[in-house]
Amino acid sequence: MITKDRRLDRRAVMRTLLENRGELLLVTGLGSTTWDAAAVGDDHRNFYLWGAMGAAAMVGLGLAIARTDRRVLVVTGDGEMLMGLGALATIGVQRPPNLAISVFDNGHYGETGMQASHTAENVELVAVARACGFKETFDIIDELGLRHFAARIYNASTTLFARIAIRADEPPRVLPPRDGVFLKTRFPRAIVVE
Amino acid sequence: MTEIATAERPDWRDEVFGALKAAEIRQIGYVPDAGHARLIELCRDDPAVPAVSLTTEEEGVALAAGAWLGGQRAALLMQSSGVGNCINMLSLTKTCRFPLLMLVAMRGEWAEFNPWQVPMGSKTQAAFELCDVLIYRVERAEEAAETVAAALDITFNGDLATAVLLSQRLIGAKRWTK
Repeated sequence: MITKDRRLDRRAVMRTLLENRGELLLVTGLGSTTWDAAAVGDDHRNFYLWGAMGAAAMVGLGLAIARTDRRVLVVTGDGEMLMGLGALATIGVQRPPNLAISVFDNGHYGETGMQASHTAENVELVAVARACGFKETFDIIDELGLRHFAARIYNASTTLFARIAIRADEPPRVLPPRDGVFLKTRFPRAIVVE
Repeated sequence: MTEIATAERPDWRDEVFGALKAAEIRQIGYVPDAGHARLIELCRDDPAVPAVSLTTEEEGVALAAGAWLGGQRAALLMQSSGVGNCINMLSLTKTCRFPLLMLVAMRGEWAEFNPWQVPMGSKTQAAFELCDVLIYRVERAEEAAETVAAALDITFNGDLATAVLLSQRLIGAKRWTK
């Protein structure tokens, strides 16, 4: 039994996922995962959602279909994923090999006062992803599992889904640029096909 | 003469597909609708235009944003009842100024049998306009392709959100009894 305080640290998880990112493209969901990515360091190949809750996974799908030559990682929270849960069915049908969806799951809505989310009760996101047709899923509770997933992002042959158990804490906010037009304009320039 | 001209003209749905292809649309997100059936079929038969079946319309708004980030143009097909589902997601389109073209098959208007379609159908245009989406309406088959082509131009030239409302009179009201 993993006790709550032994769950992974969200900032450390984000650092691990991005430490050898190479050409990796990153989409983060509204809320804490956007601050986590900013804490690792702003990058033109990051597209941060500051709103449009539920959009992260689908933005990743459109991007992955468009850029088959690049790996695309979506990092979002349990609440953001729950709002767009149908996206798992949509992506489960498409399954582009260059896409990985990861959910930082602390079982809470961190941005609104730490109210419990459905995953704090009986809802299991990995089981949902499997039922939606994802062929390779990860239920990550420790550093070893995280390392395995982080490496797999770069050589998978199907869309990955990972639920990563993180502590329900609130590290200091690190805010990336929030001008949507700026974020939207710089991203394609950073990955332009020569 | 008129009859010959009509016979030679392709179906307007095929012409609309041609307009999408001509504008280099490379991804189509859709929630099935009888009015879009032919267009969905054409997309599904064309490997150059991957068609992504959505569980709900707002997924398509996010899909199109992702496609644009990756350098591709996307368009969405939906029924008027799905427009309300998109409202909050359109904040992504507006805040980031993503180009977005939506083709909307209208329900709840001309000769509608099902009154449950009327509340959203009668407010589709107003809802879009509240979100600063530009509206083009097609009532006649011969105007469909050129309207879609014009909407595609303004969408991608100006990074704007547009919707082409395909009227129920054009599509034909759903038949409930045979």
